[in-house]
Amino acid sequence: MCTTCGCGRPGDEPEAGDHGHDHGREGKRPGEHSHDDALHGIVRVEQALLAENDRHAAYVRGFFAGMGIRSFNLISAPGSGKTTLLERTLSALLARGRKCSVVEGDQQTDLDARRIATTGAPVRQIQTGKACHLDAHQIRHALEHLSPERGSLVFVENVGNLICPTEFDLGESERVVLLSVTEGTDKPAKYPLAFRTATSVVLCKTDLLPHVDFDVEESLRLIRGLNPGAHLFLLSARTGEGMEPWLRWVAGDGGGTPARP
Amino acid sequence: MHELSIATSLVETAVRSAEKAGACSVTRLHLRLGALAGVEPESLEFCFPVVAKGTICEGAELRLEIVPASGCCARCGGRSEVRDLLAPCPACGGWPLSVEGGREMELDSLEVT
Repeated sequence: MCTTCGCGRPGDEPEAGDHGHDHGREGKRPGEHSHDDALHGIVRVEQALLAENDRHAAYVRGFFAGMGIRSFNLISAPGSGKTTLLERTLSALLARGRKCSVVEGDQQTDLDARRIATTGAPVRQIQTGKACHLDAHQIRHALEHLSPERGSLVFVENVGNLICPTEFDLGESERVVLLSVTEGTDKPAKYPLAFRTATSVVLCKTDLLPHVDFDVEESLRLIRGLNPGAHLFLLSARTGEGMEPWLRWVAGDGGGTPARP
Repeated sequence: MHELSIATSLVETAVRSAEKAGACSVTRLHLRLGALAGVEPESLEFCFPVVAKGTICEGAELRLEIVPASGCCARCGGRSEVRDLLAPCPACGGWPLSVEGGREMELDSLEVT
């Protein structure tokens, strides 16, 4: 429909070029105005709202692919244990001679970056300020500072949040969603998009299972239903139980149970 | 509150597209949002005027079209609209369904002057 004159209203289709009026544009006689959208006040855009982020993500993904780098975007609620899992993972992989680097995302402070730095891995802290997620543009800048080596592993610890980071592709090869057993069994049902878009789900702090009411089977049933293809890991970073399959998967040597065989 | 980032991206895209078309101001924005997209329409509607202030989108109306997601049941082959990823097939109770669409987040068109 023409929003300038209303012609073309559904059920009121005018004959082309026969309107009997103009829109006051110079040089246009009655009935002569074109049906070009712009003249009629409509601009077709048809563009994804996150196209700019996706453009940066595509660059990052291309960089990782070209360098043979496996990259991980760690997403969870605050306090699920991302930093602890990352510390233990880095210590183990660095000891095995793997090169690793880390991008830390937090709203404020560089506390996590300091913790990670003690493992010896190069780390770059991004403080997002008011923003509740990292975006691909920030990752691109962080990579310029980190200059990760060919064939290395890059970990991005996202801002603690199960909602917002989900919509922002960072160009990672693997999206890891963590759920700790001190949280609710039904968390996958409450935040389905995060679990649905993960390539791997880690159920962590399993050493605390004897002390909490967490129902592992029910939680796994929800995760499998939302994301049949995700790799699943049950582990305790604190005791080291269950870490080996996770480390093998991270290093690209297999490991992990596909959610649906 | 990532809707603020999305609203910012929306206004930037709208301003760029409108200026390219030679428009002076934007009166209405038509958006397509998937029913399963991770964006809350009410939050987006709340953030939009804040971000649009001082741009040619200031005062414009946001029109949202919700795009449904469709699911296919592996057990009975039936297709149904999916509003909840955990909901079973309405025909046979099968679950999970294989889901298509519903993640759209797109600026479709602008009405400008």
